[in-house]
Amino acid sequence: MLLNLPFITVVIIMALGLYAMLFKRNLIKIVIGLSLIESGVNLFLVSLGYRNGGIAPIYTNAPSTNMVLPTPQALTLTSIVIGVATTAMLLSFCMVIYRHYGTLDSRKVRRLRE
Amino acid sequence: MSWDYFLNHSPALIIVIPLLAAFATPLIGRFSRKAMYIWITASLALTEIFSIILLYGVHTGGTMVYVMGANPYNLSVPPDSGGIPVRIILTVDSFGAFMAFTASTVALAGGIYSIACEHSQTGQEKYYALLLLMLVGMLGMVLTGDLFNFFVFLEINSLASAALVSYRIDKGVAVEAAFKYAIISSIGALAFLFGVGILYGEYDALNMAMIAQRMKFTDLDKIVMALFTVTLAMKAGAIPMHYWVPDGYGKAPGGISAMLVTASQASLYGVFRVSFTVFGLSANTLTLGWFLIILGVLSMFVGVTMALIQHDIKRLMAYHAISQTGYMLLGVGVGLATLGTAAFNQYGLAAMEGGIFHIINHAMYKGLLFLTAGAVIYRVGTSDLNKMGGLAHGMKYTTIFFMIGALSIAGIPPFNGFASKLLIYESVYQFNPLLSIIAMIVSILTLASFVKVFHSAFMGPKIYDVKEVPKSMLIGMCILTFFIILFGLFPNIAMTYLVGPAAKALANPLEYIARVLGGGA
Amino acid sequence: MSWWNTFTTPSGFWNPLVWVLIFLILVLLSYLIWKRGESSYKKGGMQTDPFLSGYGPESKEALHVRAGNIYWGFASALKNYYSLLRKIHTGIVNDYVGWYIGILAMMLFIYFLWGGF
Repeated sequence: MLLNLPFITVVIIMALGLYAMLFKRNLIKIVIGLSLIESGVNLFLVSLGYRNGGIAPIYTNAPSTNMVLPTPQALTLTSIVIGVATTAMLLSFCMVIYRHYGTLDSRKVRRLRE
Repeated sequence: MSWDYFLNHSPALIIVIPLLAAFATPLIGRFSRKAMYIWITASLALTEIFSIILLYGVHTGGTMVYVMGANPYNLSVPPDSGGIPVRIILTVDSFGAFMAFTASTVALAGGIYSIACEHSQTGQEKYYALLLLMLVGMLGMVLTGDLFNFFVFLEINSLASAALVSYRIDKGVAVEAAFKYAIISSIGALAFLFGVGILYGEYDALNMAMIAQRMKFTDLDKIVMALFTVTLAMKAGAIPMHYWVPDGYGKAPGGISAMLVTASQASLYGVFRVSFTVFGLSANTLTLGWFLIILGVLSMFVGVTMALIQHDIKRLMAYHAISQTGYMLLGVGVGLATLGTAAFNQYGLAAMEGGIFHIINHAMYKGLLFLTAGAVIYRVGTSDLNKMGGLAHGMKYTTIFFMIGALSIAGIPPFNGFASKLLIYESVYQFNPLLSIIAMIVSILTLASFVKVFHSAFMGPKIYDVKEVPKSMLIGMCILTFFIILFGLFPNIAMTYLVGPAAKALANPLEYIARVLGGGA
Repeated sequence: MSWWNTFTTPSGFWNPLVWVLIFLILVLLSYLIWKRGESSYKKGGMQTDPFLSGYGPESKEALHVRAGNIYWGFASALKNYYSLLRKIHTGIVNDYVGWYIGILAMMLFIYFLWGGF
């Protein structure tokens, strides 16, 4: 049960992020929801590599060879960087939308519809 | 620096050249604008040359395997690794080289077109840097053989194109379109990454060939298949997840709309690669094929009926892009549904060839149509069809290019739309006649809506006093028209060199896996 | 297969060069028929004015049918379908994400829980 705790946390964080993206009207809250889903996926990736009783994957002066996997850590770093770039771009979009539309309500920012 | 060097290292060079050019562009743009234009044209032309070298390489030598950072460039399984491919491997088979050729041609046309279209805007060096980065994203997506690498290039593609869609921030509408596009493509990419994580946790591999070999199709793999196909179909613009397409394509600048078409087609490549190569050996291809067929038919019909009632010229063309994506999904879906049965050799392979041929045809004629729409907006100042009229009096060349594009998208001989649509109609009819009849009705409605655009924008009395567009925009349109007429009059050139090998390579996952895991000879 | 050969499909063939040749022959025939026509046509005058049931045309600009009005018959015949489609295309970001998650949930159900056929 204790070993499953990271995965249960991932599901809870992603559910909260999805709730924010689907039901919140403020554009910035939608971006926060996206950021939560990102954190959930990153946590999922890191916790995939855990081995029970493992140490950090560094060979120099290692006390034992039972190490956690280093590949998911590399994947997570890449994903965090992509997330930073995406969030920065989305927040600057929110700023320009506020300047032109005067509001951040997603039901009012809809000049593009049929 | 011999010919062999360029041929062997071309998968890496074709990604590296636009990447370095993209980072050097703002630096050159600070000093002289003309030097920046020459730099852009030279790097796009060099990328096009490398894509032709790549096509030659896979045509003569089979699937090319390139390992990033290995000493012989194709040492995918080092002798001390225990039979596991290490490092990031770029696997270029015929389908990937075909998509790279399409992407670099449309990027060349769009880049040359943008030189005149954005001549009076500020921030041009950032525009061209982002355009080259978008090309890097597309090329990386279609040439890589590694799932996480595919995710990274997918994100590069989405971010660069979202930033480019919002280029005109003085009108706030473009930023709203870019916000919607960025939100939905980010959540799609995160779902894709979640799927990659699940596959890594199960099989301890990120390489597509390795996963395909180790695939046992457990319940978790079914979840991953659903995540991958729905996400990539959403990025390609299939109904009912298509809402970002009219917003994004409609508000992008002129040359970028043409390149967004190939960006969506790179995601369509992703759907096919995941369905055929990663999951093709073990999944239930009948269900997956029917899912693609149903998505295709819905996209065709809803796309064209929504396009008939639009009155904004670029939004109308964006709905047609959705509708034509439905043709591709229908063709390859029929191929996937009959994979492994006897019917595959009768009509399944021909349906796949039709769908894949439609990819390059669509990139050419839809790119041409978006470029002519951009030319009209450049001269008239508005994109509302209700206010336009009589443009053929002043813009003769644009009218001719528009006519060629409109006849081609409706499937009128002798242009290239007819050849691929004929293949799709005939082979899908043998699978299920109802689908083929819906496809023909959609083709008639496509012609109807382009007659509407032609009449209201170009025909009629002269309302606006406009001149012809600048020459570099016409050169961009000429490049695409050349390929439309070439593939229309000589479809066998496309079939023997481009489409036929691509369909065979896609339907043959065992050869793909053997190439990568067998040491990449 | 050479570049000028015919392009074979599963149950037929297509040769665009033969099509272009036949098209040019037909254009030539129609040109010859046109040349034998009436040669006493003068441009201008009342021959080419549009006839609108007795009223004179107001101006050439007003005659041009705008894009929003072109297919009104088709759109009003399919009014129920279009009203449903217009209602779905709201333009709200939350609905965009909602459709994506909905289709994802449906496909997860079909693949994972039902298993397909």
